[in-house]
Amino acid sequence: MSTTSGLVGRIADADLTYVLAMLAGVYALYLAAGLALGFDARGLLNSVAVVTFYVAVFAMLALALNLHWGYTGLFNIGVVGFMAVGIYTMALVSKPVLGSGGSAAQVGGLGLPIWVGMIAGMAAAALLGLVVALPALRLRADYLAIVTIAMSEIVRFTLLSRTFQSFGLFGRTVGLGGGSGLILDFQSPLAALVGTLGLEGAYAGLVGLVGTVVAQNPRAVVDQFVYGLLLLVFVAGFYWLLKRAGESPFGRVLKAIREDEQVAGALGKDTDRFKIKSFMLGCALMGLVGVLWFMPQGAITPNTYRPRLTFFVWIALIIGGAGSNTGSVLGGGVFAALLFQGPLYFKNLVDRAVDISNAPGSFGPAVAPLLGAGDPVPFLLYTVDSVRQLQLVLMGVVLIVLMHRRPEGLLGHREETAATVPLTRRVAGEDDEPESQATAADGGQR
Amino acid sequence: MSEGVEERATTGALGADGPADLAAEPLRVDGLEKQFGGITAVDGATFGVERGTLTGLIGPNGAGKSTTFNLVTGVHRPDAGQVTFAGEDITGMDPHRIARKGLVRTFQIARELGGMTVMENMMLAPQRQSGEALWRSVTPGLRPRVRREESDLVEQVWDTLDFFDIEHLAEEEAGGLSGGQRKLLELARALLTDPDVLLLDEPFAGVNPTLERRLLDQIHALRERGYTFLLVEHDMDLIMEQCEHVIVMHQGRILTQGSPAEVRSNEAVVEAYLGGEV
Repeated sequence: MSTTSGLVGRIADADLTYVLAMLAGVYALYLAAGLALGFDARGLLNSVAVVTFYVAVFAMLALALNLHWGYTGLFNIGVVGFMAVGIYTMALVSKPVLGSGGSAAQVGGLGLPIWVGMIAGMAAAALLGLVVALPALRLRADYLAIVTIAMSEIVRFTLLSRTFQSFGLFGRTVGLGGGSGLILDFQSPLAALVGTLGLEGAYAGLVGLVGTVVAQNPRAVVDQFVYGLLLLVFVAGFYWLLKRAGESPFGRVLKAIREDEQVAGALGKDTDRFKIKSFMLGCALMGLVGVLWFMPQGAITPNTYRPRLTFFVWIALIIGGAGSNTGSVLGGGVFAALLFQGPLYFKNLVDRAVDISNAPGSFGPAVAPLLGAGDPVPFLLYTVDSVRQLQLVLMGVVLIVLMHRRPEGLLGHREETAATVPLTRRVAGEDDEPESQATAADGGQR
Repeated sequence: MSEGVEERATTGALGADGPADLAAEPLRVDGLEKQFGGITAVDGATFGVERGTLTGLIGPNGAGKSTTFNLVTGVHRPDAGQVTFAGEDITGMDPHRIARKGLVRTFQIARELGGMTVMENMMLAPQRQSGEALWRSVTPGLRPRVRREESDLVEQVWDTLDFFDIEHLAEEEAGGLSGGQRKLLELARALLTDPDVLLLDEPFAGVNPTLERRLLDQIHALRERGYTFLLVEHDMDLIMEQCEHVIVMHQGRILTQGSPAEVRSNEAVVEAYLGGEV
């Protein structure tokens, strides 16, 4: 957000307020839960850092999917495939060459810098998007859905296959690692970034400062926290890019395609080109999120990239409201904090209040007392203990309730006008507004 | 009403540069054929549309009028025959390329873009908008140029809304308009593409008499400015009253064509409309 002023500025700030309020609410909730669980400073910092991470990645994924579905009406249910291609390509490019250093990795990479790998990951995801889009975009929307989900499974099976476990590329032994996955034995991306910026001294100072509160290994906590904040910067970048793309003649054609592709064609718009551009851009962004999410994890395995991840992103987008960029960020945040991470915290809270370690191990012992003696406690304990499995049920219930009560999501009802300038009639004597003001222009002005 | 129209028209409110100076017969269709499965929808249609005229294409239901429209505008690819526009063969071209050449259509059932405002609908239409390139719209140094272009377009769009007397609807969602208002919006939007020839598919279907009068006034005003119109209609009286040239289709063929008087006196036409053997 650049400096803004006037009515337009206030509305843009209102959007920023929504997002900040969402973040503040999430943090308050997590800090309260952390205090109730008796976390120390380290635990509190950690829980905030972790939830920031997930809020950020889901916000970014929802934003990218909003470009596909909310703007262009492209039914992409292969999100996870593009993420996998992003991180695997990045790993292939940026992993150190086999045999160099003391890595235990079975396969190497090309040994190029991390940022080269990130760009390569985005490019590969965009190219895969092009390959998928070329045959499928000419068909009806539901065929694109079939093609994308099939693609995401093909990607996963390719990553699992022994054929590509290890192969030669530019004279290097590289590979996808097969079922055992890849060890991401490149330099920590955060350390690399800090090093590039020449901020090692400042960073060490920060670690030292946190060390006064967190006794053991403060560096890990700081790393996690700073990475989360860095991801929030990426969210802002995504938002900036997609807002500008949406509020422009380009975005207007995308919206027209969503509404009625034949009409857009009859008005002289090459709809296939616009669809391909929109699709490739969204796929590149999904690839980037794949990189950002899994890059700091140390290792990746193919079975992380199951379709369920795609549907998580869809739930986030539906909560926020398809069509609204601000809504996508909110939806991503709410989904990550309450539905993705929330149940585990809930379980821990209950565990702290009442010991559930003696919860029944299976359904039979859990239900028998309820039916026999009318004692609900074992059943409730069992339910809480199985929260991880019930998480999906909970998400399904939320989805059904939303579809029934509020299909437009949190902000989907609000139109974000697709133009770079306000579409109101110019009043005589009023000059063009400065650029900074209009880039923040927003449909909420009506 | 018509005086007001003239006044605005002379201020250059519409399209970027008005209709281009075309040949005497900008649109020519030769031996057009189209089959769907075993059914021959269009069977050797041949006709031309003269510049600056209001030409009517009539015929009973199922005569092949709409299919002919779809063949001319590239929605369907003809099995045989040729479509020539401004001296160029446009047979089988993609719809958007045909529209860019200046041959623009409207739809039988008004197809407003419901989830967009009237203003957004209208802003979509102008051709060659530099901001339609993604990189120009997002790159910081280039966006101001897009904004300037859009500011100019906004003014042009407001003038066009004035011309059609729908400026009070500018901020409405197009999906909430009445049937007649949608027809107006569609015609206004088509005009903003800066066409030379407009193909209107039943522009008066479901429109009340007052609005029909208004639409006709506007079409005539535009025709006088040099726009060429081809109307599909099955209201015979309306076509006979308004058009200089009438083409009658029946069972995929051109039954006859000529001035309204000539067509009216043609026995085959009467029989086709009354359902007799031809």
